[in-house]
Amino acid sequence: MTTLALTPAPAPPAARFTDLLAAEWIKLRSLRSTYWALGAGALAVIGFNANAARVHTHDYPRYNPQMRSIAWELALRDAFTNGSALILILAAASIGAITVVGEYSTGLIRTTLAAVPDRRALMAAKVVVVTAVMTLYGAFVATASFASTQAILTTRHAAVSITHFGALRVVVASALLAPVCALAGMALGALIRHSASTMVAVTAVLLLVPGFITDRYRWTAAVRHAMPVNAWTRLTGIAYGQDPFTRVPRYGATVTGSWVVLGAWAVVSAVIVVVAVDRRDV
Amino acid sequence: MIEVNELTKRYGDTTAVRNLTFQVRPGHVTGFLGPNGAGKTTTLRMLLGLIGPTGGSATIGGQPFRRHPRGLRHVGALLDAGDVHGGRSARAHLEALARSNRIPRSRVDEVLEEVGLAGAAARRRVDGFSLGMRQRLGIATALLGEPPVLLFDEPLNGLDPEGVLWVRELFRGLAAEGRTVFVSSHLMSEMEHTADELIVIGRGELIAAESVAAFAARGTRPTVTVRTPDLAQLTAVLSEEGAAVAPYDDRTLKVTGLSAARIGELALHHRILLEELTPQAASLEAAFMELTAESTEFLAGDAR
Repeated sequence: MTTLALTPAPAPPAARFTDLLAAEWIKLRSLRSTYWALGAGALAVIGFNANAARVHTHDYPRYNPQMRSIAWELALRDAFTNGSALILILAAASIGAITVVGEYSTGLIRTTLAAVPDRRALMAAKVVVVTAVMTLYGAFVATASFASTQAILTTRHAAVSITHFGALRVVVASALLAPVCALAGMALGALIRHSASTMVAVTAVLLLVPGFITDRYRWTAAVRHAMPVNAWTRLTGIAYGQDPFTRVPRYGATVTGSWVVLGAWAVVSAVIVVVAVDRRDV
Repeated sequence: MIEVNELTKRYGDTTAVRNLTFQVRPGHVTGFLGPNGAGKTTTLRMLLGLIGPTGGSATIGGQPFRRHPRGLRHVGALLDAGDVHGGRSARAHLEALARSNRIPRSRVDEVLEEVGLAGAAARRRVDGFSLGMRQRLGIATALLGEPPVLLFDEPLNGLDPEGVLWVRELFRGLAAEGRTVFVSSHLMSEMEHTADELIVIGRGELIAAESVAAFAARGTRPTVTVRTPDLAQLTAVLSEEGAAVAPYDDRTLKVTGLSAARIGELALHHRILLEELTPQAASLEAAFMELTAESTEFLAGDAR
């Protein structure tokens, strides 16, 4: 401790948002659990996708001409499978939730807020860092999935290139699932502030509920289409409406609407994180 | 300078803090004393803007703490040694905090050195820290920004005797530099050798705000212990003089309301033999117990 007299106190440096970004980045990268969660999630997602391509490659000789004619659809489906999407949603939402709940469940939030009383700026910084990291993560996982699945399918000449109709949309929509669901996890964490309950809520809101909502009626269809997982399904269903094997629902979802859904979940979640933490006692 | 004015916090029907008003001046170590559940932690949290008051105000340096965009250079606080993420190393924990307040990384090394956590300990995950080590990390956090005001909630918990001595020296040093040092405790004995000034609360209300010496003198009525073979006669004589006499054992009395000199005089006058005549110095502990006796939230044996 300095033994210099207190006065005149040096004026504290101006508060900069970039300092908060750097601090949140240190917090994220200094936790071993971050690497475990990201690594295990990526392995599972890429692994399941690659396995789907492997199965299709194996079965390909037995496909009839009609199935072979829509091989590009299968190739895009393998590029990011439903199962992998569910895993990515759960992994991303958990990681997002932990960045908020981890502060509350450990009590660290009090230390953090004593250091940064400007709660809105603090949480905004956390939102920006998590969004950036998860966007890169989603981009990596989606690109790696596309590359590995198409590399496998190439052996049967059943692969598509990224320039193929719909291929980029599959990759981008899948990549965006990561930041959108991470933000949703953060918002639920900021509202619930308790580890186990937050995980239950994340699973229910993002994975269970969407599956139970029917698209038979106009209003339930609207709710159904407003869930991130369903928006992803619509965006990656490249042959939606043209596929001779699947029924088109009366109240269908649109591509534009589905992009908006992903964006809206991100924005609303970010606002909830900032406002909920700002308003409540800790 | 800490100013608390008519501060009140209610949770439903429970009033944790009621109309609390006091000041804490710079240049002293001020003890914040009260039994468990008296409202000390609630008050400190309101000072830091962590919880909002139901009424009144709490300011540090004339401003509500939450007005500051960054806090570490204004107030250093150790509220609970457990308020860290166990998965991080002590160094990473401090580096993130320092970075958020644009405090240079070299300062992290300085405080780690100062609290005795430099080297291998700083690289260990906090999960593996003892309570004493966590207290040291908490103190390091409070010192990071070299703030003019420091708040410590029960900082001596879990420290070994050497650690307690170190903390006392540290607090005195900080106060000598002109800083405001506000330290809570539920143990008077801890504050006796640490604080110059005292704020004493019980059940959320102010009981005393004065120097340690004044508090000690005020709280306890001086007692004199008298030992005599002639208990009955002495009791009668002293009672006649207006003293309160309580038998202690079959040869000893505890007398309040008369000085030792006057008791000796009366005994001589009535030819009563005295075997012992001991004035009891006013003890801080006794003063504290007496003053807070009615305001203790949880008595032993109470269902909590």
